[in-house]
Amino acid sequence: MQKLQSNLLNMVLSLTIIALVAAAALGGMYLLTKEPIEKAKQEKQTAAINSVLPQIDGIRLAEPEVQEGYTIHRAYVGDSLAGAAVETSSNGFGGVIRLMVGFDTEGNIVNYEVLEHAETPGLGSHMGVWFKTDKNQQSIIGKNPAATKLIVSKDGGDVDAITAATISSRAFLSAVQSAYDAFMKPDTWSGASSLQPNAATEAESTDSEEVAANTNDPDSNTESYE
Amino acid sequence: MNKYAKTFLNGIIFENPTLALVLGMCPTLATTTSAINGMSMGLATAFVLLCSNVVISLLKNLIPDKVHIPAYIVIIASFVTMVQLAMQAYLPALYETLGLFIPLIVVNCIVLGRAEAFAAKNSVGLSAIDGLGMGLGFTLSLTVIGAIRELLGTGMIFNTRIYADNYGMLIFVLAPGAFIALAYIMALVQKIIKK
Repeated sequence: MQKLQSNLLNMVLSLTIIALVAAAALGGMYLLTKEPIEKAKQEKQTAAINSVLPQIDGIRLAEPEVQEGYTIHRAYVGDSLAGAAVETSSNGFGGVIRLMVGFDTEGNIVNYEVLEHAETPGLGSHMGVWFKTDKNQQSIIGKNPAATKLIVSKDGGDVDAITAATISSRAFLSAVQSAYDAFMKPDTWSGASSLQPNAATEAESTDSEEVAANTNDPDSNTESYE
Repeated sequence: MNKYAKTFLNGIIFENPTLALVLGMCPTLATTTSAINGMSMGLATAFVLLCSNVVISLLKNLIPDKVHIPAYIVIIASFVTMVQLAMQAYLPALYETLGLFIPLIVVNCIVLGRAEAFAAKNSVGLSAIDGLGMGLGFTLSLTVIGAIRELLGTGMIFNTRIYADNYGMLIFVLAPGAFIALAYIMALVQKIIKK
């Protein structure tokens, strides 16, 4: 077959047809993969939430609370709060770091999962395991940000930064701190205010007293001073 | 040697896109932090290369000369987006590590280069073989570079530990390691080919 000449009609026609076919194919592909993509995202998020929440039987999630910069997934056992998974983010060395951080009712960090990051492979990318490893002052698991300064030790804090990845570590810790702040914000949860150092909230609802009583758990207060 | 076998081997060894033609350096340097990443990137590119070569070869007489570049780019970009969607849907873990680089296949010189230099002039069958050969050649070199960087940098190959983490040379995981590994492999391959 003779090659089509480059006149206006031929050019417009051939480009239009190619673009239309491509658009149709892409549209079809999009429809085909829409559901699996949604499902994969959902599964990932659910898995992350479950792995960071306290392991208690019969725990159930409330509707996620979306706020500026973070999302709080509160978990209840019966009617009482059992903890929360907070989705938060900060800017790391290579891009946005998104974390899911789980807290129990006292604000202790139960666990965390890195949802998304673009840190340097071999350095900052270790954050997924580094801050869970119980070695020196690496681990933040079980720590309460109210007592443990979530700042790298180089800057006068209580947590060891990832070797050669201080910027990633700072970003990670600030994300955890902001998750804690979001979780503890008084207007989002009446009980939280009783844990804040300067809040005069002794006379709040019975709810908060219950929680305050819980915090007198001997472990939580001594741990961070070790 | 018949021309099909010749075309195929041409892509894998004699005109290996990375090591002989030195095309597609961006994904080569950026995605080869581990063997599996390099291989996945290579396979994704190979798929796009194969499909675009076939389609462009089929349409070569229907595309007027003056608009051939935009037409090729639309075709290539469509295949890349399909790969991206499919990967996002069925291989979410892989998509997380490679997600950033998949759209870059569109501007990978290998794909457009082969469309222009080969598919636009040859039959469908031969173009398919060329796409496959070039794609696999690219995959092969990316896998080798990835494996070397992974082994020297972290002590693992395909996530299997060979020696302890502490002895890994961090530089090989970082960008300079990519250049060093690439240069040595390239020199070695050139020496073998020239003989």
